[in-house]
Amino acid sequence: MANPQGQHNKIIIKLVAVVLGMFGFGFALVPLYDVFCDLTGLNGRTSNKAVVYEVMDIDESRLITVEFITHISKGMPWQFEVQTQQVKVHPGQVEQINFIAKNPSGRTIVGQAVPSVSPGTAAIYLNKIECFCFEQQVLTAGQQIAMPMRFYVDPQIPKDMTYFTVQYTLYDVSADNPTLVQNRG
Amino acid sequence: MTSLSTEHQGSGHDDHHDDHHEHAIPKGIKRWLYTTNHKDIGTLYLWFAFIMFLTGGAMAMVIRAELFQPGLQIVEPGFFNQMTTVHGLIMVFGAVMPAFTGLANWLVPMMIGAPDMALPRMNNWSFWILPFAFSILLASLFMEGGGPAFGWTFYAPLSTTYSNDNTALFVFSVHMMGASSIMGAINVIVTIFNMRAPGMTWMKMPLFVWTWLITAFLLIAVMPVLAGAVTMVLTDKFFGTSFFDAAGGGDPVMFQHIFWFFGHPEVYIMILPAFGIISAIVPTFSRKPLFGYASMVYATTSIALLSFIVWAHHMFTTGMPVFAEMFFMLATMLISVPTGVKIFNWVATMWRGSLSFEVPMLFALAFIVLFTIGGLSGLMLAITPLDFQYHDTYFVVAHFHYVLVTGAIFSIMAAVYYWLPKWTGKMFDITLAKWHFWCSLISVNVLFFPMHFVGLAGMPRRIPDYALQFADFNKWISLGGFAFGLSQLIFLALLIKACRKQGDPVSSQVWEGAEGLEWEIPSPAPYHTFETPPVVK
Repeated sequence: MANPQGQHNKIIIKLVAVVLGMFGFGFALVPLYDVFCDLTGLNGRTSNKAVVYEVMDIDESRLITVEFITHISKGMPWQFEVQTQQVKVHPGQVEQINFIAKNPSGRTIVGQAVPSVSPGTAAIYLNKIECFCFEQQVLTAGQQIAMPMRFYVDPQIPKDMTYFTVQYTLYDVSADNPTLVQNRG
Repeated sequence: MTSLSTEHQGSGHDDHHDDHHEHAIPKGIKRWLYTTNHKDIGTLYLWFAFIMFLTGGAMAMVIRAELFQPGLQIVEPGFFNQMTTVHGLIMVFGAVMPAFTGLANWLVPMMIGAPDMALPRMNNWSFWILPFAFSILLASLFMEGGGPAFGWTFYAPLSTTYSNDNTALFVFSVHMMGASSIMGAINVIVTIFNMRAPGMTWMKMPLFVWTWLITAFLLIAVMPVLAGAVTMVLTDKFFGTSFFDAAGGGDPVMFQHIFWFFGHPEVYIMILPAFGIISAIVPTFSRKPLFGYASMVYATTSIALLSFIVWAHHMFTTGMPVFAEMFFMLATMLISVPTGVKIFNWVATMWRGSLSFEVPMLFALAFIVLFTIGGLSGLMLAITPLDFQYHDTYFVVAHFHYVLVTGAIFSIMAAVYYWLPKWTGKMFDITLAKWHFWCSLISVNVLFFPMHFVGLAGMPRRIPDYALQFADFNKWISLGGFAFGLSQLIFLALLIKACRKQGDPVSSQVWEGAEGLEWEIPSPAPYHTFETPPVVK
């Protein structure tokens, strides 16, 4: 070893590159995870985009039971209910469900609903044509609104999948959207 | 690596004439603060690890005292959670990992015939940030709101939405621990790549060097991911990002994926050096070369590679699709093949050897038996449908304490007893050592074995109170815990005696069957060794 420090530096540079690369990889896992979940529907994630309904053959031989649950996150004062807790639909048939949200508090609050499908493998077969979860809701003090959600079940859904549950959790995101609160308040 | 015959060129007994010895070793605190000597830094790491072991152990005593009987007697549930969290963090990052790094510092240069580690100044730095990291973590326990209470795995949203502001201290201390480990790992890799003595080819390297090399690569691959995970927790909590917050489009389950992508290789970081230690001790006291040296190297490499594709077996109950559960179950079970190769190789090494049962060998044998028990409970946990029953119960606690306490920590104790006479030049107090071994062996099984039963019966982990039917077993577990804790004070007494250089002088070989470069330098090992590299034939 004529110049040991030079030899060391060659390896050190490579190792430090690995360290920095892996630190970046940790953060790269975040978008990778999103892409993976959106593609596969793993983890009960549904798409955040509205689909355009094309007239299709309704599979009248099958009935899928879809159940709806509403949930309020900690610290969110709204009342949040679904009018129809359970529907039976044929794959391909469009159905509309109404959700009611009320802000009983004395201030304007911005709400964001996040859906989750269980079992998670059913998530990619739930196609939403219209959903209040695609955007944020701003409710002034005491205001109440009906929020529609139109969907159909993809006829590709496997034969053994006859029942799934869609849960909406409502979060208070006012702190992240001060301008929305001011414009209405 | 079996028949190392070496030729010293100016090392060994003659090296007192060397130039470097004209510089006197600094005395007092400055020697330890400024040292760049691999032996001094190894000693610092080992003492630091032992102090942390006793600190984390004291927290375990609080946990076991509270669980001695059902109901809340001694501590508040919030403080109990801080104890389980900080106990885990200290034992993983403060005790096991620094102890292995300390052993690497002492032994890797001596085993490959190098004068020191490749990067001695960075070596000093990577040690000295550790006391600061752990001071920050421990200080948070005494601050308003208390220390981290979300488990050592710091799952979001427990560590984000539901934690207190001291979480920032936890994050920074983990950053510092990670930086220390990464620097230590880089140092080990550069040393092994560039500083092997002439003739020390890859397949002649002692297995401790091999296992540490692979461990170092695991460290630089996954510690940065941990640093990323704690950084995301920090920004989610304090800077309004939503990595793990569903309201902002994030996902708390993703936290578990990122954490266990680090966490599973991490458990092999804590066991691969142990395999190297056992592979050094068993041949010595069997007076036979290690059976299947090459297969040991390949088994270690395959365990390290497989460790990257099994992380989700910690998450079977999060609602994965059946295909993913099958994949992670089978990949996990696959790891038992190379691990089994190792166990069989150690047993085959002992087969028809002339065995003797000195203290390091006692710990090594206990390791082989008890680590295998921990491995088998791991196989049970790998079976997805069964894991739904075992998940988050004391069965999991029993499993990882068998592999970490009777696995990693027993191997560290075996290593200390094996190489301590080389470090001090004096034989340790064998009577005390045997007391330490037998007390630890019996108490550790009273402590951890019944945890299997209460776990299978459904007792959840991380709780300060439990249902009445678990009372009898928990009493036994706590008594075993207190006995195991007290047994470590015997070890402390023995180490203090050894550091005061009490005991009979030993030869340079120390143990009759010991082979390798470190046994050819005098005992105690001189401050500087192999300044002229030995030639390994």
